Amino acid sequence: MNTTETKLIFEHSHAGRSAVAQAPQAHAATAIPAHLRRKSAPGLPAASELDVVRHYTRLSQKNFSIDTEFYPLGSCTMKYNPRACNSLAMLPGFLNRHPLAPASHSQGFLQTMYELQEMLREVTGMQDVSLAPMAGAQGEFTGVAMIRAYHDARGDTERREIIVPDAAHGTNPATAIMCGYEVREIPTDETGDVNLEALKEAVGPQTAGIMLTNPSTVGVFERRIEEIAKIVHDAGGLLYYDGANLNAILGKVRPGDMGFDVIHMNLHKTFSTPHGGGGPGSGAVGVGERLLPYMPVPHVEQDGQGGYRLADEADRPETIGRLSAFMGNPGVLLRAYVYMRMLGREGMVRVSEFATLNANYLARELKAAGFDLAYPERRATHEFIVTLKKQAKETGLTAGDVAKRLLDHGFHAPTTYFPLLVPECLLVEPTESESKETLDAFVEAMACILAESADDIDTIKSSPHNLPNRRFNEVAAAKALDLVYQEPADDSADAQPRSGTHG
Amino acid sequence: MSEAPKDLKYTKSHEWVRTEDDGTVTVGITDHAQELLGDLVFVEAPEAGSSVEAGAACATVESVKAASDIYAPIAGEVTEANEELADSPEKVNESPFDEGWLFRMKPANAGDLDGLMDADAYAAHVEAES
Repeated sequence: MNTTETKLIFEHSHAGRSAVAQAPQAHAATAIPAHLRRKSAPGLPAASELDVVRHYTRLSQKNFSIDTEFYPLGSCTMKYNPRACNSLAMLPGFLNRHPLAPASHSQGFLQTMYELQEMLREVTGMQDVSLAPMAGAQGEFTGVAMIRAYHDARGDTERREIIVPDAAHGTNPATAIMCGYEVREIPTDETGDVNLEALKEAVGPQTAGIMLTNPSTVGVFERRIEEIAKIVHDAGGLLYYDGANLNAILGKVRPGDMGFDVIHMNLHKTFSTPHGGGGPGSGAVGVGERLLPYMPVPHVEQDGQGGYRLADEADRPETIGRLSAFMGNPGVLLRAYVYMRMLGREGMVRVSEFATLNANYLARELKAAGFDLAYPERRATHEFIVTLKKQAKETGLTAGDVAKRLLDHGFHAPTTYFPLLVPECLLVEPTESESKETLDAFVEAMACILAESADDIDTIKSSPHNLPNRRFNEVAAAKALDLVYQEPADDSADAQPRSGTHG
Repeated sequence: MSEAPKDLKYTKSHEWVRTEDDGTVTVGITDHAQELLGDLVFVEAPEAGSSVEAGAACATVESVKAASDIYAPIAGEVTEANEELADSPEKVNESPFDEGWLFRMKPANAGDLDGLMDADAYAAHVEAES
């Protein structure tokens, strides 16, 4: 069976071919004034329906995905996305609702969104929740923009620094810069915790806040979170909780109780929408008492008559404003709603318990198989780090090599070379969805690669061998990225990807 | 063990510094640093004429693994950046101490160079880190 697709859809193009299902209707554009219509046909491929179906089906067969392979990509929470979440989010009443429909026509949708806000408020221990941010990075932006609005409103304008630990996701310093702050980096100590002495030295009247990921990106729970909160609050700064790793604490502890002023959650990760490759996402933000006036709009509220409404600028004059034309990505928000309702309070706890149990089991088994853990004395969170520093020196086996060779064994690679402060690292996150059999099979594959590295490193260095594409030239891929299809100069009929149906 | 020429000075953050005949200094990253970073795909050098403080991030190198800041080894004014690297960042990997230099600067105080490590001290520093 040939399932290898090597052509672009444009290269399947033959003038005059088209698909019935997508053929434009003659009257489709008649309401658009003539001077606004395009003068030439768009450069679309002309392919038959069967060619299109085969092209995209074959492409999908090349894909490594959670539906086909174990996907322990650390920091990304590639858990199973229940089919029920998808089918209920796709109910016609939700799917066909126009974002400008009046509240009186949208009560079902608004009620689910209100209940979602309430559930997220409960699970984070915050005072209120905004569903407006379109993705995690925008959630971060929202959080720090509110911190800035808070200081500005008090005339406290000398606070120009955001403290960020060196283990943070790259989005944290980027967010601080986007909000007009300077970044003050503090180091992680040798056991993986924030270096408290460095934090004490870093805080002062210039401190606007700290952005902290807990559990941190090195796969450990911060042990002195209350001390960190006190140090920053005593200096007049606010605490931002990066909720990227919420999966490890769900239903167990709450950022609000730890003293945080604002948190963003990646609903697409923790609350299960298929993700990766750029979206759609949801970066819902929970806020504490001090930041309530600055929350973005629109925001779902009760209307006082048993119904629901969207609050806007008139209701919240100090709001940081709108983050998009409407309110978040409803598809992701609805999936999160269904997922949370299916889990219930008890299910939330099981998520974090099994996510951490799976990670700790996998960490111990990999250690027993001969791999070094970056923080062997610490209990893993929902993820952990393996370092190949020793192997890289002794046999030349790097984290990147293991990642490529794992593909041959039918596993997606863990995250490689992040966080940067651990050399030759693999960040492994099994998630709560995986069975013991899957975890054991992964350990077996890892042990197999380690054994192979002793006597046949070349086979590993040139892997993957069993996939349609072999090892890429990563430098060329980064430097000479070619994403735009150019028609061949040859003007033969086969090389002219033009639709004949445009009027 | 990676190479560390005897006639250069070094920083803990893996920059090297060479004093030129005209009193300016040339700055690059060490062989050890380029090895850790892996193949470079992008270099952002500081602009000529800009003032830099010792220890301040003043350039960025990006490899297939990560982006990393380059820190000014001493205070001074940047006089020239290696423009070849815009098109050929791989020169840093191929020739870190020669063609892969990053920028030149005029030191605020020539004496500041004395605070940097010599090749032996740098080699010991690399050994201690690994």
